[in-house]
Amino acid sequence: MCDTCGCSQPSDAVTFQKPGEHSHDHHHSHHDHHHENRTITVETEVLSKNNLIAERNRGYFDAKNITVFNFVSSPGSGKTTFLEQTIKKIKTDYSISVVEGDQQTLRDAERIEATGVPVIQVNTGKGCHLDAEMIHKASHDLGLVNDSILFIENVGNLVCPALFDLGEAMKIVVISVTEGEDKPEKYPHMFQAADICIINKIDLLPYVDFDVETCKQYALNVNHHLKFFEVSATKGDGFDQWISWLKEFVS
Amino acid sequence: MHEMSIAMNIVEIVTETVKNNHAEKVNSIDLDIGDLSGILIDSLTFCFDAASKGTPVEGAVLNINEIDGTGKCLDCNQEFPVKVFLTTCPFCNSLSTNIIQGKELSIKSINVD
Repeated sequence: MCDTCGCSQPSDAVTFQKPGEHSHDHHHSHHDHHHENRTITVETEVLSKNNLIAERNRGYFDAKNITVFNFVSSPGSGKTTFLEQTIKKIKTDYSISVVEGDQQTLRDAERIEATGVPVIQVNTGKGCHLDAEMIHKASHDLGLVNDSILFIENVGNLVCPALFDLGEAMKIVVISVTEGEDKPEKYPHMFQAADICIINKIDLLPYVDFDVETCKQYALNVNHHLKFFEVSATKGDGFDQWISWLKEFVS
Repeated sequence: MHEMSIAMNIVEIVTETVKNNHAEKVNSIDLDIGDLSGILIDSLTFCFDAASKGTPVEGAVLNINEIDGTGKCLDCNQEFPVKVFLTTCPFCNSLSTNIIQGKELSIKSINVD
């Protein structure tokens, strides 16, 4: 008990009153309407909790020198095949881990596992995107090693994952030539949020009505920072440029 | 349908604020939502009703302050309204433009009993 500083006093012993206002202890029974209508300032980002966890992830990755890429695209653009090819080409030089995001099934994780690198599948159930908390848990379950690369394959969805920071170094958006070349303008949020755009399945260009330069222009209209790689994940075309960029970025 | 996640985040933040301020009921929630935030307001309102069921936030009215997008040209430095992400500068046609306003997504205040 400390009588000098008043630390043991009840919390309502401190009063706040402006000159001219009458005090509360006479005339009115203010206690009867203790919960009167009032406005409370909140000033909080709606995604603040996700963003805080994402920043915590980022700090963890930074401390362990782990470079994290978040791959996003619509379903069927070839993200998993692209990752398989990339892993095969660099796994002797780097420690790699993968987080696979899908609503259901272990299929993608099984494909990645066949390349020989540690992988964990996050099934979001009805969820349409991965969030920072999922990546926090997945990273710890994976037991990431220092000086490594973590590839995150987000749920196939060109809308929702754009809003959720996971703590990655950058988002990489994958588009394939079997999709419309105007997708960057139709789904601008994802192309805005990404730093790299992979144009996949270029081996099919002779058979489809897709103009690579037009697609790039649409994407640049949305995000003038975008850097492009044109590849065929099944045939291996264009991987030399991508892999040499990746190695330089990671080093 | 990321609006459901957004609605759940709003309910969580407001419920915490209500608890910390010993309030009983939330009358309204003031939100800032930018035109370019990627949020469909009708969808958010719909999800909010579902996400707030059975919480102290149930029945609260969402007062949404929609904020127009503004771009700024990195070449000529002028500012201009932006409706979509196709941000060509209307003054000098440069593509080097940044969005400086319109991505807001925050809870400003709540009114409680």
